[in-house]
Amino acid sequence: MPTFEYAPAPESRSVVDIKSSYGLFIDGEFADSRGGTPFKTISPSTEEVLAEVSEASTDDVDRAVAAARTAYRSWSRLSGADRGKYLFRIARIMQERAREFAVLESLDNGKPIKESRDVDVPIAAAHFFYHAGWADKLAYASLGDNPRPHGVVGQVIPWNFPLLMLAWKIAPALATGNTVVLKPAETTPLTALLFAEVCQQADLPPGVVNIITGAGATGQALVAHEGVDKVAFTGSTAVGKAIARTIAGTRKKATLELGGKAANIVFDDAPLDQAVEGIVTGIFFNQGHVCCAGSRLLVQETVAEEVEAKLKARLATLRVGDPLDKNTDIGAINSREQLDRINTLVKVGEEEGAVRWSPECELPANGFWFRPTVFTGVSQTHRIAQEEIFGPVLSVLTFRTPGEAVAKANNTPYGLSAGIWTEKGSRILWMADQLKAGVVWANTFNKFDPASPFGGYKESGYGREGGRHGLSAYVTTGATK
Amino acid sequence: MSTTTRKPAAPSRVDVRKTYKLYIGGKFPRSESGRSYEVFSAGRSPKFLANAAQGSRKDARDAVVAARKAHSGWAGATAYNRGQVLYRVAEVMESRRSQFVAEVQAAEGLTPARAEANVSAAIDRWVWYAGWSDKFAQVLGGANPVAGPFFNLSAPEPTGVVAALAPQGSSLLGLVSVVAPIIVSGNTAVVLASQERPVPAITLAEALATSDVPGGVVNLITGVTSEVAPWLASHRDVNAIDLTGAADAPDVVWGDLEAAAAENLKRVLRPAGSGVTAVEPDFAREPGLERIEAFLETKTVWHPKGI
Repeated sequence: MPTFEYAPAPESRSVVDIKSSYGLFIDGEFADSRGGTPFKTISPSTEEVLAEVSEASTDDVDRAVAAARTAYRSWSRLSGADRGKYLFRIARIMQERAREFAVLESLDNGKPIKESRDVDVPIAAAHFFYHAGWADKLAYASLGDNPRPHGVVGQVIPWNFPLLMLAWKIAPALATGNTVVLKPAETTPLTALLFAEVCQQADLPPGVVNIITGAGATGQALVAHEGVDKVAFTGSTAVGKAIARTIAGTRKKATLELGGKAANIVFDDAPLDQAVEGIVTGIFFNQGHVCCAGSRLLVQETVAEEVEAKLKARLATLRVGDPLDKNTDIGAINSREQLDRINTLVKVGEEEGAVRWSPECELPANGFWFRPTVFTGVSQTHRIAQEEIFGPVLSVLTFRTPGEAVAKANNTPYGLSAGIWTEKGSRILWMADQLKAGVVWANTFNKFDPASPFGGYKESGYGREGGRHGLSAYVTTGATK
Repeated sequence: MSTTTRKPAAPSRVDVRKTYKLYIGGKFPRSESGRSYEVFSAGRSPKFLANAAQGSRKDARDAVVAARKAHSGWAGATAYNRGQVLYRVAEVMESRRSQFVAEVQAAEGLTPARAEANVSAAIDRWVWYAGWSDKFAQVLGGANPVAGPFFNLSAPEPTGVVAALAPQGSSLLGLVSVVAPIIVSGNTAVVLASQERPVPAITLAEALATSDVPGGVVNLITGVTSEVAPWLASHRDVNAIDLTGAADAPDVVWGDLEAAAAENLKRVLRPAGSGVTAVEPDFAREPGLERIEAFLETKTVWHPKGI
């Protein structure tokens, strides 16, 4: 059969204006760091330096928290309707500047433009829109008696969905009357800094949102800061545990959205072509840099061979390459460190006896790349079936009965998400009841919506983001002291 | 000595005293450590009340095993059924009312009237929580209007095995106020009784054993809080811990227990109070939903729609 090659279809970079260096966004203005060592952020697809970014020192963290504290006095007293209007403004400006955000996100993160354009940016705007409407309706949200904000919230977010995680954190915090100091990930600070400009355009009162850039030390200083009343973190389970220890014995609240090792369970009555698409979305969306990724495929033995064949055929058509190309399915791995980690675990998988397969595809000469990879013959005890790889690597296991699928799916310290593929509605709900996971997708995967609570069981963390449940993490209730 | 000594007043019957034991998996074992400790009444002239079993690390671990074993059955029971089981506890307590009053009076040094009021409130608390069993999910869950062809439902589920430090002061009302909200949703519990006031807790265990609460749903350990609590806080098969009873517990720093709980990211219900200071809450007040909510997980299911 003749095949037609895709012509390159790159999205234009001219829409973004990246500055050579960025300060910290504190009290409504960009300011130089006091004593931090600047660092560079690069494009993971080319290793080109995009900009120099400030590192927030402990002094800077102090200043940002102080600005947030000052702003809290008036922001928390502003009417809910007015807070909501600011959030509506932000949502609208994000929509207006959507293309700019999408291109910048793909440049800084390495994810395909079709994902940043169709998923990250629109859902981020939707989060602001959704929470804007809550701001003056908190009394109707069944949050308990007398819901009121905590105060200053310290937020630390990861590099896999930089703008979207920012929206998940900032929108509910502001809607409920808190003020924010947010630290984006070290490798992906640029969309957060562009968001700071959005706050300026929206005339958001100074200090309500502060964005401080830096690495782990900055995040640690923020989380441990005495002036922070609540911590919200998305990232690894190891760091989540460290945060839980840091705030132990204090009255700081926390929501932790951590790692996962989700089972994507395919029954023999499932619409298999649709399921194969769901398996691909589950683990290869965003290069597998997704905490809720369907990294363990559990397929019923009777259709295992058929699913495997269809999956391999589908993977052979995936296009790996330039994140700005509109036809790209799989972009760059976010950093060299992450690439090293993926390589290490994949090597372990081979050594433990699982069978590795990847489609033939050319990879660009520069940047950080990893072919979509499938391991078959994986058993429960293999490290690639237990540890979060956070890359485009799928482990395939099989099962015979629904009970066995449940046992295997739940055999993990994580409990963030799960997928079920079957035509039988009653089986979906029975399975969903048995699975120890905070989000269960049936005949779909990796769907997100601001109205739908997201968050995990067990070592995937605690608290929910999104929906009415997400709001409750940002308020305290009951009698005032 | 004269041969015509006065006879002592005709002795009232020598009563049969009880050996106070632990309650694990529906049975009443002694501590595997073989240890016991003396328990005295409160007040100016303490009277010896009992040699309570001094639970050990091994007892705590056995209790966790029993609680885990009981979890799926209890969580899988219908909400209506759990509500009736909780209500039955109130019935059984009512029939042992005078015993509870005497024990609470001795344990807490209360007037008879205060002890009566305490026991009444404790019985009523079971009734209150029994009524929540088939309602909290309606209040806390619901359908979410997502942008797509899905029925999206968020519903609360029990967290799993919950360890609890029962209040040190309120030996029965406080204990019930901690245990009932844990189990009403389908969690199973490992409870450390008040260190110095364990007797009403042991009697509550007897009430539970003779009601319809399945063995292992509530496990009760008496002993030294500072000795056993760290093992529960760090136990990898405990999903959550209630630190209410850290207030006034000798040699217990609740922040240390919370830090140990971080090892497997247990959900932690901190003690009341502010800063590092822990205080025992006023259990006479009507509780809110907070204690039920503290030990729930929200599960959100995306169910497809289509023809």
